[in-house]
Amino acid sequence: MKKQEYIEYVEDRAKKSPIVKNCICAFSIGGLICIIGQIFLDLYSFWGLEKQDASTLASISLIFLTALLTGIGVFDNIARVAGAGTLVPITGFANAISSQAIDTKSEGYVLGVGAKMFTIAGPVLVFSTISGVLYGVIYYICTVIWG
Amino acid sequence: MKSQIIKLNNPPKISSTYSVVGHLERQGPLGALFDEFCQDDKFGKDTWEQAESEMQLRAVQGAIKRAGLSDCNIDMLLAGDLLNQCVGSNYALASIDIPYLGLYGACSTCAEGLTLGACLYSGGMAEYCGVVTSSHYCSSERQFRFPLEYGGQRTPTAQWTTTGSGAFVLGNEGKVKICEAMIGKVIDKGIKDINNMGAAMAPSAIDTLTRYFRNSNHSPKDFDLIVTGDLGYEGSEILKDLLLGEGVDIRENHTDCGLLIFKRDEQDVHAGGSGCGCSAVVMASHIVPRMEAGELKNVLFLGTGALMSPTTLFQGGSIPAISHLVHLEA
Repeated sequence: MKKQEYIEYVEDRAKKSPIVKNCICAFSIGGLICIIGQIFLDLYSFWGLEKQDASTLASISLIFLTALLTGIGVFDNIARVAGAGTLVPITGFANAISSQAIDTKSEGYVLGVGAKMFTIAGPVLVFSTISGVLYGVIYYICTVIWG
Repeated sequence: MKSQIIKLNNPPKISSTYSVVGHLERQGPLGALFDEFCQDDKFGKDTWEQAESEMQLRAVQGAIKRAGLSDCNIDMLLAGDLLNQCVGSNYALASIDIPYLGLYGACSTCAEGLTLGACLYSGGMAEYCGVVTSSHYCSSERQFRFPLEYGGQRTPTAQWTTTGSGAFVLGNEGKVKICEAMIGKVIDKGIKDINNMGAAMAPSAIDTLTRYFRNSNHSPKDFDLIVTGDLGYEGSEILKDLLLGEGVDIRENHTDCGLLIFKRDEQDVHAGGSGCGCSAVVMASHIVPRMEAGELKNVLFLGTGALMSPTTLFQGGSIPAISHLVHLEA
């Protein structure tokens, strides 16, 4: 069997991930995370914080919770079911950094944690920064042209 | 055309075996058969790499002791693991006073070690030869995939690296002998999916098996068991399906170490176990003891290895694979 034939044969027969089930899980658990975020936001607003401060603090709270759950070994079990539900919100980003930090601790704080903490999250940082700059340039040009 | 089958005129016997596993393997269908296990998979060490070495050390020492020998009786150790530079074996065997050769054949390392050990024994170069391989889920996952606590989903074809180390002592005592071997060729069919290593390895198993049956007088029916290690569910199905297409039917007597070691449905290991500790512990604690007990007489053991590297995969490369064959007779 030729290479291409074999690749097609393998792709045809491989059992696919259960997309409908995964989507439902991702929607429910991702939605739940958003509700938790909203509760934080309302709570901080209720305590008298400005909307922007309350929103930043809500994000920080979710990051803290994710890092904590990652540290005690619970987060990956939730993510195994949730998939994109935990990956897409800020929780996915927090987990990518904290899990890598925990993993590389044995290589020391400089060459391990410091050097490798952003191995998975690094591309997100790089390309989101580039996108931000591009968006800024386009926005600036538009304001110059159309006032 | 040469037959490429290594016929061992002075076949070594498997004098002893020993296995050490992690907690998930202990909970699997073969759990009670393994000689030692560790509940937290750390084996009293600080890092996963050290844990793997400790596991391998315990397996070697266990096998040597069980054979009624001591380190000074063993002429050489053939050892391997999945880690870069074979550090799992290097550190494990630093505390043992036996000449050592490090091997890398991914999941095929156990069969590679048994093949080389049998040749060295048969050629009179060794009176006793130790073979040991190990893999650890935590050290492998770090090296090949993601951090342990990373939250991701696996595809149904992904395999789970076995935490375990199996050791064998080859010598002149024992009920099971290694009478033939065949060295695999590197086969690359262009599979690039790290989550479908079974598909990457199956063509190499097909190549070795068809070469063996073409060049020997044997047919699949002559064997009580044809055991591959470790194609998992996906690779096993591909192997049986494509071999059938070539007129070789192994559906009746085929099994796979990756399928034997875990309860696939309950233990969330998707397509089954992998790693060079998987076939080593299954052979050491399940297949060889069954042969010794007289349940199996003729067994073909096919170690299948996906020789992949994360670096070349990121560069767009595919996964080459290899399968070594060992013919065991009780």
